Amino acid sequence: MIELRQLTKRFARHTAVDALSLTVRPGEVLGFLGPNGAGKSTTMKMLTGFLAPTSGTALIQGFDIQTQTRQAQRLIGYLPEGAPCYEDMRVGAFLGFIAEVRGYRGEEQRRRVARVVEQLELDRVLGQTIDTLSKGFKRRVGLAQAILHDPQVLILDEPTDGLDPNQKHQVRELIRGLAADKIVIISTHILEEVGALCSRAVVIANGRLVADDTPLALERRSRYHQAVTLVSDEALDSEALRALPGVAGIERNAREHSLTLLAAPGQVIYPQVSELIRQRGWAVRELDVERGRLDEVFRNLTRGEAA
Amino acid sequence: MRQLSVIFKRELASYFATPLAYVFLMIFLVLSGVFTFYLGGFYERNQADLTVFFGFHPWLYLFLVPAIAMRLWAEERKSGTIELLMTLPISRAEAVAGKFLAAWVFAGLALLLTFPMVLTVNYLGEPDNGAILTGYLGSWLLAGSYLAVGGCMSALARNQVIAFILAVSVCFLFIVSGFPMVLDLFSAWAPQGLVDVVASLSFLVRFDAISKGVIDLRDLLYFLSFIAAWLAATAVVIDLKKAD
Repeated sequence: MIELRQLTKRFARHTAVDALSLTVRPGEVLGFLGPNGAGKSTTMKMLTGFLAPTSGTALIQGFDIQTQTRQAQRLIGYLPEGAPCYEDMRVGAFLGFIAEVRGYRGEEQRRRVARVVEQLELDRVLGQTIDTLSKGFKRRVGLAQAILHDPQVLILDEPTDGLDPNQKHQVRELIRGLAADKIVIISTHILEEVGALCSRAVVIANGRLVADDTPLALERRSRYHQAVTLVSDEALDSEALRALPGVAGIERNAREHSLTLLAAPGQVIYPQVSELIRQRGWAVRELDVERGRLDEVFRNLTRGEAA
Repeated sequence: MRQLSVIFKRELASYFATPLAYVFLMIFLVLSGVFTFYLGGFYERNQADLTVFFGFHPWLYLFLVPAIAMRLWAEERKSGTIELLMTLPISRAEAVAGKFLAAWVFAGLALLLTFPMVLTVNYLGEPDNGAILTGYLGSWLLAGSYLAVGGCMSALARNQVIAFILAVSVCFLFIVSGFPMVLDLFSAWAPQGLVDVVASLSFLVRFDAISKGVIDLRDLLYFLSFIAAWLAATAVVIDLKKAD
């Protein structure tokens, strides 16, 4: 379990993290969301014992990160932002070094390194120095380093930032595979990732917690939750659609003959809409129900704070 | 302290990962030879000892040692690996000492490679090999002192060039603090006690004694505590600056 207690970090001119309190349980994949500069990385740096909090503290499986830093760090696998590695080292030597720091020697060390090399498909580049690797491979080396000791707590700062779609997919699959019975904290500003990966989303802005919910519940806060979008070949009778019970508003989309009907909070409007289409015999090509738009929720949550 | 040896090994290997180490060794060997034989007039002196050889070391090290030390921490901060290093279960003391020892052993290796000097002087005459040995010890301690300063400057500056210049400047101060022209600046107004303190901080006086074969426990203690103090300062600086 990870417990943040009024965790605060003040720099000379501003407060980066402001009295953040949070509990994360094993099995949870926590998505840490927020605009750039919201304090995500600073929080992670404090959790991993790199930065000392100004006040408050955090417990990693009961170990205080300020007074029992070493014990806490043994339990954590950490991928810092940008996945820094010793660039002049060869991949194999680098992972060997990490394994040795983690206390593995001899056969156990070889076994650990071989396992992550297989997990992250690094065997092709084992003999290459890290500075010659592509961005995707570098990131994978960073991840390999983080999971080498099979940590109970995995803290990943923007693990998929700057990767191509295939690599993103691969990294997500890997994280999903690792997540069982671990605590995983991922910071990201890619919203699709949260829905795809996380069981819980925490949004911070200006160092303060502004939302803590499941991704689904966050989507439900969107005004597009349960909204229905129609695309037709002909003009639609927007008055009739607006008059349907439960419809809170109507928006014209950029595409021709395309409308989005917003649902009133707690209402489901899809049956009424499809019934009306059937009655009128409209030629509707597309009819979609939306779960809600995370980016819109995200903007609403963080904009007021950032201003 | 098990982690210390892990850090030490990685650091030492990193010197040889690039051609830089070999270039450094070459420059050191060539310069120490040139200084001894040409500037120092090794043959003209007609004495079977290495006094001139060691005599140039404080000046030779002034530029070469900061060049080894400048990357110690500046590079970690610049590339962000310091975040990796400091979030591994390693204490700061282990990281600082491991890095320093690796650099010090590397400097020791450079020094060992000057062994043809010893062979030459033994071939030409009958030198006091005990004095030569203490000379080497003194020279290694001197290199360690420069490295400790350079490491601290490297922790202070993110830029390696600035780290180099800072290290050269500080080391230079510790060389010249024994010179009459510096001491005169103080003796005009400061009490004699302070002047003595400034004079006693100088590398040169103590190094001269050791390199001539005189081992005084106080001189050894001076170098070792000098190194320890700068390493402690390095640890503090890293704590203050690592996040920048």
